[in-house]
Amino acid sequence: MSNSTDGGGRGSALPHVLVKAAKLLATVALTFLGLLVVTFLIGRVVPVDPVLAVIGDRAPKSVYDRVFVELGLDKPLYEQFWIYLQKVLTGDFGESFLTKRAIVEDIARVFPATLELATVAILIGTTLGIPMGVWAAVRQGRLADQVVRVLGLVGYSAPIFWLGLLGLLVFYARLNWVAGPGRVDIAYEYAITPRTGLLLIDSAMQGQWEAFRNVFSHIILPASLLGYFSMAYISRMTRSFMLNELAQEYIITARVKGVPEWRIIWVHALRNAAVPLVTVVALSYANLLEGSVLTETVFAWPGLGQYLTNSLQNSDMNAVLGGTLLIGAIFVGLNLLSDLLYSLLDPRVRRQA
Amino acid sequence: MTALSRREWLLSDQPKSRRQARLGQVYRTWLAFRSNWLAMVGLAIVLILILVAVLADVIAPFDPVIGGDLRTERFLPPLSEGHLFGTDDLARDIFSRIVHGSRLTLMVVVLVAVIATPIGLLVGTTSGYFGGWTDTVLMRVTDIFLAFPRLILALAFVAALGPGIENAIIAIAITSWPPYARLARAETLTIRDSDYISAARLQGASSARILWYHITPLCLSSVIIRVTLDMAGIILTAAGLGFLGLGAQPPQPEWGAMIASGRRFLIDQWWVATVPGIAIFIVSLGFNLLGDGLRDVLDPKARK
Repeated sequence: MSNSTDGGGRGSALPHVLVKAAKLLATVALTFLGLLVVTFLIGRVVPVDPVLAVIGDRAPKSVYDRVFVELGLDKPLYEQFWIYLQKVLTGDFGESFLTKRAIVEDIARVFPATLELATVAILIGTTLGIPMGVWAAVRQGRLADQVVRVLGLVGYSAPIFWLGLLGLLVFYARLNWVAGPGRVDIAYEYAITPRTGLLLIDSAMQGQWEAFRNVFSHIILPASLLGYFSMAYISRMTRSFMLNELAQEYIITARVKGVPEWRIIWVHALRNAAVPLVTVVALSYANLLEGSVLTETVFAWPGLGQYLTNSLQNSDMNAVLGGTLLIGAIFVGLNLLSDLLYSLLDPRVRRQA
Repeated sequence: MTALSRREWLLSDQPKSRRQARLGQVYRTWLAFRSNWLAMVGLAIVLILILVAVLADVIAPFDPVIGGDLRTERFLPPLSEGHLFGTDDLARDIFSRIVHGSRLTLMVVVLVAVIATPIGLLVGTTSGYFGGWTDTVLMRVTDIFLAFPRLILALAFVAALGPGIENAIIAIAITSWPPYARLARAETLTIRDSDYISAARLQGASSARILWYHITPLCLSSVIIRVTLDMAGIILTAAGLGFLGLGAQPPQPEWGAMIASGRRFLIDQWWVATVPGIAIFIVSLGFNLLGDGLRDVLDPKARK
């Protein structure tokens, strides 16, 4: 890595970009390798004997020894890691003890549910959070600001699974406004032909509006809940970015020129605040993956989070580590994406590059 | 000394001793903190939590684990006679369980802070002070830990270590230190080239001595603010692990686990799951308010 830095110092504009990209890639590769080391080591310290997990505890000693060798447990640790690395790079995370399928297959099956939930949630969180943050910044210290602050504080302090249970109790059991746990009623489950795995899109594309309505009434409560938590974060950050922008001299210039106030706020200031906001939105999208573990448990949502907790409770380590690794990789990917977008959107960063 | 003269002594412009100056500084910080009523609410909540945890045996009218008469005392609604928050499926008094649960919550917060803060400080100051390869390697490791969402990594660790509150604490601590390391490193970078550090080095102080006596104290306040702000998150993560059945195990009166067991009776006996959630909410709100207040007072960068 130090070589590429030296090369960049002397190069012209184009190599600069290349060097930066190479550095970025090296960083990502290293981080990913680190993720692998962490999951590998967690897999090694687990008290569940991996051999017994495969053959059960009644098998004779000879079978035990054979499986021990088959699983590569007789080899030194670094060699085991090398094998693990090769397997992961070819997409082989092993087999789930629970479902007896390849982990990759399992994850591919459950992931769209989480993706759909997180996407609807981030849409809700962004469309509410940004205007609220702007509003709070414009009315700094006044009632609107306090309201946004309190909403944010509640979002930071309330356990998400508890709010989910309360939501089910009130909106499903008592008021019956939304459908209950699960992704879709059984009646519609086979009406929708899976294409993308995202039920809202699938049902809409096939013109199954009744099914669409059912799917929507299932997703709206968990998605609003997750959306509320990202709204808390997004509105807080929007507020501070906007306060920062509104104090700049170009805003005073615009005011002196007689630009209408709404234009100053929503066009001049927000456009500049939008650059760091991209990072915030990407980060909260990643955080939704975390929130989804608890939310999916509450709402019996058949996604990655529920798969992970199910595997955990059954000591299905391959599945746990595969899921953890995937979520870590998505996290790294989203971070990288937000860095790239940042340098694409901010001319100052772009010029430095 | 009368109250007024003590106040004057504390706020004196010309302190006569180091101790007076230091106490005066603390007093001024306290005055600034006191004027923020939300922060005071936070402080009050945290103090009440500590008080309740210490006096749990005195406050709780019933045993937190052993229930009453299963025939007549199950699922008593809140405000029933003798049971302020009602009883659960095993006829246990929910109020007593909440009160005893405060001990577990406090234990989690304190232990995580005690384990994670020194690790973060050590990694961060070492990384910032030595720079070069040490810095690169340590910060890479930190980044790797930051690359996992906290709850997910804690889940994986608990899966490896086995469920239980001790393992949950270890797992949360392992996932908590990286932000502190980042912060301590940033602070160290700003002070490592100061004259007083050079002076200490010229006097022959070892690196360890410089790190411990001259750098760590200066990183402490910003790291402590960060830890306080994180405490709500720590409580929520611990409760989440408890809720998933990976933290405290029944019959321990841990609030997250209480919500999980009350979940089965949510529709008809709503209070069993609701009340512990309110407790978690109030306590983490308290830590959030306290952390915000401390940051406003102690962090010169946040002050306008």
